[in-house]
Amino acid sequence: MKDMTDIRIPRAINWNRLEDDKDLEVWNRLTVNFWLPEKVPLSNDIPSWATLKDFEKTLTIRVFTGLTLLDTIQNTVGAPSLMPDAVTPHEEAVLTNVAFMEAVHARSYSSIFSTLCSTKEVDEAFRWSEENPHLQAKARAILETYAPGNDPLKRKIASVFLESFLFYSGFYLPMYWSSRAKLTNTADLIRLIIRDEAVHGYYIGYKFQRGMEKLPEAEQQALKDYAYSLLFELYEIENQYTEELYDEIGLTEDVKTFLHYNANKALQNLGFEALFPPEVSEVNAAILAALSPDSENHDFFSGSGSSYVIGKAVATEDEDWDF
Amino acid sequence: MSDVCPEASLPTCFPDIVYYSSTSENTLRFVERLGLPAKRIPISPKVTGPVIDRPFVLICPTYADGEGRGAVPKQVIRLLNDPDTRALLRGVIGSGNRNFGTLFASAGDVIARKCNVPLLYKFELAGFDNDIARVRAGLEQMGRNLGLAQMGDAPCSTMA
Repeated sequence: MKDMTDIRIPRAINWNRLEDDKDLEVWNRLTVNFWLPEKVPLSNDIPSWATLKDFEKTLTIRVFTGLTLLDTIQNTVGAPSLMPDAVTPHEEAVLTNVAFMEAVHARSYSSIFSTLCSTKEVDEAFRWSEENPHLQAKARAILETYAPGNDPLKRKIASVFLESFLFYSGFYLPMYWSSRAKLTNTADLIRLIIRDEAVHGYYIGYKFQRGMEKLPEAEQQALKDYAYSLLFELYEIENQYTEELYDEIGLTEDVKTFLHYNANKALQNLGFEALFPPEVSEVNAAILAALSPDSENHDFFSGSGSSYVIGKAVATEDEDWDF
Repeated sequence: MSDVCPEASLPTCFPDIVYYSSTSENTLRFVERLGLPAKRIPISPKVTGPVIDRPFVLICPTYADGEGRGAVPKQVIRLLNDPDTRALLRGVIGSGNRNFGTLFASAGDVIARKCNVPLLYKFELAGFDNDIARVRAGLEQMGRNLGLAQMGDAPCSTMA
């Protein structure tokens, strides 16, 4: 009998009674953005893959196994660990979507592998990921925060750092290849992942801010201190991971700039100030162009008024605009 | 309440700033750091929008899905549907996240095209220090170009 009383029956979810409009906004965004790796013609990259040197292939496969590990963690532990902390039933439903898309991301890397690589190469890279101390250290740092019984808001901080910061030492490489017209279909797939992670980091960071604003000032400050100290811990690991991966190809400093830039964005998702100054966080134009093609130049103030640019056509709902 | 306190003294006349910021408040944080007088478009459609009677620049975040739909918040569209307000719009600044690829800050592109005004700038999330500096300098130059200093019909260099 006792067991019966311990069972918590959830309320049936009513999407027509929202407590937080952001839940529906993000649900709609995520469901419209749903995709599967089969959508991307990865096999078109086979000739390009063949032009990579052996150490470049090894680097690429290792980077993707590292990303696979983070996606696996977020799929099976990270997003599910946020569900019991959800403030609204709709938030919990959104998190089920986040969790599943992380499974899609993890699955996508295996699609890339089966299209481009030999089984032996891939098995070796997965073995490498299990033994790499830096990769294991970052997984451990995040998982410690996700553990049951931990502060729900600290869990959200760790989750935003995973979604908005830790992936980027890996995402850099396909953007770099894309900027050199290599593995461009793979880059298209990675861009879909990058887009999803932006919504995840934004939403979890938003829920963090809603939770934090209810706390007294001293506890808010303690959480902020915790966030910056966790970021520093992860940043140290990321630096070593980046050096180990990218020293040979000579891209370490460029990747670190990309890390600074993304660390700043992760902090902003949590509502905090950017940490790294522009001198060390301005990403090189080729990588920015690979991230958001056609919009690398975003300052039209400069020069005379004649240099202003009128926007390009994109889809709009014309019925909303009545002029 | 939604007005942002400007610095005690501004070197020249800036166009007014009108902005939308959802409950994530990234754009609000950008505008606060800009330190210029600004009017916020209410989140709730039930609340009346700000009175706009001077040339202004709109700062608008982007909510587009993967196809580009829904980029501009409804409340912003409603504001721009008023011909008198639209006539005072001098340019738009879009914000967003580069992670959205070609649709980065596309609300800026949409408004520029719909209202036939210049797209002035794009920034990410709450903006970085260099974005703040560039936008301030750009708006100051724009104020001079528009001759706002000579208008004399609105507080220019200082605000109470």
